[in-house]
Amino acid sequence: MNAWLTAAPILIPMFTAALCMVAWKYPVAQRVLSLLGSLALVIVGGSLLSIVLDQGIQVVQMGSWAAPFGISLVADPLSALMILIAALMGFCVALHALGDIDPVRERGGHHPIFQVLMTGVCGAFVTGDLFNLYVWFEVMLISSFVLLSLGGLREQIDAAIKYVCINMVATACLLLAVALLYGVTGTLNMADLSVRVPAVPSQPVISAIAVLFIIAFGMKAALFPFFFWLPATYHTPSVSVQAIFAGLLTKVGVYALIRVFTLIFTGDTEWTHGILMVMAGITMIVGVLGSLAARDLNRAWSWQVVAHIGSMVMGLAIATPLALAAAAFYMVHDIVVKTNLFLGAGLVRRMAGGSTDYARLGGLFKSAPWLCLLLFVPLGSLAGFPPLSGFWGKLLLVRAGLDAQHYVMVGLLLLTGLLTIWLVGRVWAEMVWKAPAEPPADTLSSLPFARSYALVMPLLLLSLITVSIGLQPERLINVAGQVGESLYDTSAYVQAVLGTTPAPQPTQLGALETGAAP
Amino acid sequence: MMDSLILRTGVRLLLPLMLLFSVFILWRGHNEPGGGFVGGLICAVGFALHALAFGVKAMREMLKVDPRSILGTGLLIGILPGFLGAFSGEPYMTAQWLGALGTPVLFDIGVYLVVVGAILAMVQTLMAEGDE
Repeated sequence: MNAWLTAAPILIPMFTAALCMVAWKYPVAQRVLSLLGSLALVIVGGSLLSIVLDQGIQVVQMGSWAAPFGISLVADPLSALMILIAALMGFCVALHALGDIDPVRERGGHHPIFQVLMTGVCGAFVTGDLFNLYVWFEVMLISSFVLLSLGGLREQIDAAIKYVCINMVATACLLLAVALLYGVTGTLNMADLSVRVPAVPSQPVISAIAVLFIIAFGMKAALFPFFFWLPATYHTPSVSVQAIFAGLLTKVGVYALIRVFTLIFTGDTEWTHGILMVMAGITMIVGVLGSLAARDLNRAWSWQVVAHIGSMVMGLAIATPLALAAAAFYMVHDIVVKTNLFLGAGLVRRMAGGSTDYARLGGLFKSAPWLCLLLFVPLGSLAGFPPLSGFWGKLLLVRAGLDAQHYVMVGLLLLTGLLTIWLVGRVWAEMVWKAPAEPPADTLSSLPFARSYALVMPLLLLSLITVSIGLQPERLINVAGQVGESLYDTSAYVQAVLGTTPAPQPTQLGALETGAAP
Repeated sequence: MMDSLILRTGVRLLLPLMLLFSVFILWRGHNEPGGGFVGGLICAVGFALHALAFGVKAMREMLKVDPRSILGTGLLIGILPGFLGAFSGEPYMTAQWLGALGTPVLFDIGVYLVVVGAILAMVQTLMAEGDE
């Protein structure tokens, strides 16, 4: 039964996508299927996480092919946590899409392709095989190309071309890195790799391959030198698509970085994690400065996506159990908040008549006081105001940074936080307090009841998640603590997948300072 | 659409041949080189040629179903046989055999339909620009 639960995060969205495609001519059926499929994924994600936390890491070998040869699906605490949170975002966005997606995009196949995207995301989270990870990245990317250009507006095609180009380069890098690693070690199973990589005689080759992985996943995650594509593309597609992109896609890159740099490349941490540290620091500052320079709500949020990627990678780069736990906590917080912010920006755009330029905003408190209250939650959490989830995430990261004596990084993190508060203040002033340039074009009350309900409910749900994490952080901190422990000491992961305890090579981070093992 | 008598006459003969050949390749893939992907490509090329000779509209009328529905059906046929292992308590995608016949054939048929559906959907979209 547990084996099926481990495979379910891939099977459910894939099945839903197939059913949606069969019902290509019937948009209403697609809507129902998409919503039901997303709901089923949430339930599966929740039960998978509780089982993993209760009974340890769950492994299933696809097609009964034994571990290093076949493809293993592995649900460890990090995977299970990410699947649950991705499923929640998928549900919220699928609900929002009922009100948001216009008939043209619906006929173009928004619902099935959205489910394919979720298949790719969940597949990347649950796979235990490096090449399979590459395949799920491809599934995710190809569906995101379609979602990005669906609607066919001029600026969308422009953005899609940039996005496709940069992702082709990243994918080529990833494939090259995977191929080189396979050539050196002769295996692609991640658990097996974590045993074999330390035993490779020429460790500099491994370090070079590790840098290729940093480049490949760094592009997907929008880390410092490779982030430029993100603010150029994320504001163009429909609101639902923006929200799921901002919430999940870059975080899959971060997840892959965390997975690879805690499980496989743990020998030369001074070099690899040093690079990650520098990239993370610059990403935070550049991202937040970019968001302050933007004069448009959507663009500012796109830059904020970049900035907070830096915070998570900082947690990975410090690589103590607490720092890894902090990264996991921050990732959960950030996924919820970013999805919420982009959905909120969509509603604001609807009211401001199709634009989120600061010049067009204003007077939101008069036209929609309830919406203001809803929007305050993600904004406050983004800025890190105390009772909300962002505060706890930052607190954990600062603690981890101080413990490991990375004072510069902590300084940069706090500076980023300060500048983010400035941004939030400015957005609040522009959006809520300023007198509007012209009367609101379209208030929500003019929409049919069901449609406005579908538009607003996801915001309420996401805000509730943020508030409940904020008011009761111990539960998530406990889970994140377990995630951190399991990432720091990966022997349980290796044992679960391979079924044996590979004693000779230590797999703990930094435990290989003596150089190559025999 | 090309207005060519030679092509039209040729396609009338070629299409059934190519369909037969694609099924043969699909079947051969069970134990030898071949399989759903190649077979699906050959089948799709046959229909694409028909669209080239008689127009997309004629192809759509002949197909009767939307290519994207073929794609979805193929995906379903690919996914579902994987569950048969559940009855004997084995993980997803474990092959189940009835003599020499097994679930991998069903999976291959799924792949065949996915390829046919996807290629024809592309052909239909690309050629519709010029036609209508």
